[in-house]
Amino acid sequence: MAVLLQQLLNGISLGSIYALLALGYTMVYGIINLINFAHGDVYMIGAYIGFIATALLGLGFIPALLLSMAISALLGMAIEKVAYRPLRNSSRIALLITAIGMSLLLEYTTMYIAGPDTRSFPTVLTNRQYSFMSGQVNISSMQLYILVISIMLMILLQFIVQRTKIGKAMRAVSMDKDAAQLMGINVDTTISATFAIGSALAGAAGILVGIYYNSIDPLMGITPGLKAFIAAVFGGIGSIPGAMVGGLLLGMIETLVSGYLNSNYRDAVAFVILIIILLIKPSGLLGKNTGEKV
Amino acid sequence: MGILTGRRRFNLICQHKCGVSLYMDVVSAGVARGVEGKVIVPYIEAAYAASIHIQPLVCPSSFLKFPFDKALAHCYSISMHEQSTNVFRKGWCFILKRLFILLMAIMLLIPLAAGCGTDTSTTGSSGGDTIKVGLNYELSNDLAQYGQASVEGIELAVEEINKAGGVLGKEIELIKQDNKSDPAEATNVATKLAKDKVVAILGPATSGNVKAVRPVVTENKIPLISGSATADDVTVTENGVAEYIFRTCFNDSFQGGSMAKFAVDELNAKTAVMYVETTSDYSKGLAASFKDVFTSNGGQILAEEYYQGKDKDFRSVLTKLKGYNADVIYVPGYYNEVGLIIKQAREMGITAPILGGDGFDSNVVPQEAGAAALTDVYFTNHYSADDTDQKVVDFRKAFNAKYNKDPNAFHASGYDEMYFLADAIKRANSTDPVKIKDALASTKDFKAVTGTLSIDENHNPVKSVVIVQWKGDKQEFVTRIEP
Repeated sequence: MAVLLQQLLNGISLGSIYALLALGYTMVYGIINLINFAHGDVYMIGAYIGFIATALLGLGFIPALLLSMAISALLGMAIEKVAYRPLRNSSRIALLITAIGMSLLLEYTTMYIAGPDTRSFPTVLTNRQYSFMSGQVNISSMQLYILVISIMLMILLQFIVQRTKIGKAMRAVSMDKDAAQLMGINVDTTISATFAIGSALAGAAGILVGIYYNSIDPLMGITPGLKAFIAAVFGGIGSIPGAMVGGLLLGMIETLVSGYLNSNYRDAVAFVILIIILLIKPSGLLGKNTGEKV
Repeated sequence: MGILTGRRRFNLICQHKCGVSLYMDVVSAGVARGVEGKVIVPYIEAAYAASIHIQPLVCPSSFLKFPFDKALAHCYSISMHEQSTNVFRKGWCFILKRLFILLMAIMLLIPLAAGCGTDTSTTGSSGGDTIKVGLNYELSNDLAQYGQASVEGIELAVEEINKAGGVLGKEIELIKQDNKSDPAEATNVATKLAKDKVVAILGPATSGNVKAVRPVVTENKIPLISGSATADDVTVTENGVAEYIFRTCFNDSFQGGSMAKFAVDELNAKTAVMYVETTSDYSKGLAASFKDVFTSNGGQILAEEYYQGKDKDFRSVLTKLKGYNADVIYVPGYYNEVGLIIKQAREMGITAPILGGDGFDSNVVPQEAGAAALTDVYFTNHYSADDTDQKVVDFRKAFNAKYNKDPNAFHASGYDEMYFLADAIKRANSTDPVKIKDALASTKDFKAVTGTLSIDENHNPVKSVVIVQWKGDKQEFVTRIEP
């Protein structure tokens, strides 16, 4: 029982990071039908900005988090403006390839500037351990931070999308871009804002991971990026609650498989479960079943 | 593209039935300004190709898509005028564009030409006044620490050798290549080095990469020396010993076995769990030999779990391993993951000693794990900087003078590789790779920084292993285990 509880805790803290990343994928896909492969690298840049802010500028955790989110947001907007906007009306494969190119560009530029080595964060948060059930269940303050910050950001995102003008514009553009434009919505600004919000979330995930695992490198975005993309598909790509559920579930499944089955087959079993779910419900857990628009 | 190719601009006027005109600015060659243009261009293109001027014409509504169908479906006429200024502009654009392309081409060609020049000059000098040695190392990506350290050691050795008059009266010239920690890239690098006519190749640092390179060097008959590829099957294949592969480090059976002996004798361990990197030959080899020796000495392996390279979260498996309450945990892995595993294990309240192999030897381990987590962490290594052997002290001093830091085992093994090769070239009295290979195979009692070594029939050096402990962010020499 205690072990199960511990494993669930492990799963939730891993899953909330996947969820934060998956949100960016799902938002961008929802609005321009693009799988933004550079998203995982924005997360990496977020971690590096956090590293610069804490190790070189000596900022505290919260200022570093905000700085990292702000710069990631700007980076997201810049990527959209430079790489995706000029191609918005070209074929989807061209956009996809541009996204992969952008991802490689970010990785290797960072590698060129910061070097290929793994770097460690300075201690910005005192990491306390809280034990329950006579030491069998441990939770660290860092895990709690990750959980609280992710939940707060997700609530904030839900608020922005559902209750604000720009959120309404996003929903309109994702429904029908041309019609939204006819209604006087500035599509360019709206898409820019979507990239900014998604990238800010990725930046936040980056710095959280950097501090939690205490290890960042220029290629750190690849695997979590793929996992988060899968989480987004799993939850139903284009659906914001779907990305949260998908991320958390993927984290839990991975943890439980390596905790209770064979750790050698972690990814294999996790993905078999995903494939089964997608076979039963092709649009993902919370995805809407939409026919092709005519 | 037909008649509309080239960068010409047109004003397009659509006149609606009710008298409203829609003006559009269309750039030809299929690129249109505004959404309107996108819809109209193919149509105009076709019409233009046919008859230049389009007189009263009704747009077929099926052709136009929402939302412009409503606006344009009842178009009355479409006419098109080429912007007159463009003829002039096109001329300039044309010239500027061609100039730009020409400039780019020249800029691309200059380094190429220069590259060709230097290439021929170096190949020209082969067999001349230098002995060329190829370096095929992990200088970037995840194993960069090993490769960079080895190369630093090699460069120090070359500097010393050349200062002392070189080998056979010739200076050593290094040709340094990065294999990006990738087996496929390592193979490409080896092929390239073979073309450069090197007498021997040093590196790669890791077993997987050496094995990938093995067929290339065997085919080209160039001896390869690795200072840290410890997997058993690096020098021995199914067809017997790999003729051209040598190493200056002990192999994994010896390394894993020594750690098992240390765990049983010194730590009084009865039970152990293993946490192995699933895709690494090195990790699996160490685990297998640890298991053999540990169980044959009366110990018991309670569980064997796996992680993947680049994983960051190990908590779920560590939670499981914690439940076994084993005396020791054996984690034969590389520094990036090992630092995180130690940190997370200690955070979760696992206090059992954590044991490992030479992959623990990197400053990344204390950086990631934090000094507080490094208690009871032991690993087998090639060398310890605390060793008081004269050879080690001298090496340390020279290294300090050149790089202003203390050398680790990879620095030492790189340094040894170069001297090991230089020794063989001297004894062979030739720079013929095949003769060098024979000399390497017959090495006896060669005094290296990492211990005195002789090469056995399987191309493995017979030498001692050192047990080192991470204590906070410092390494401490614990004991030396003889073969």
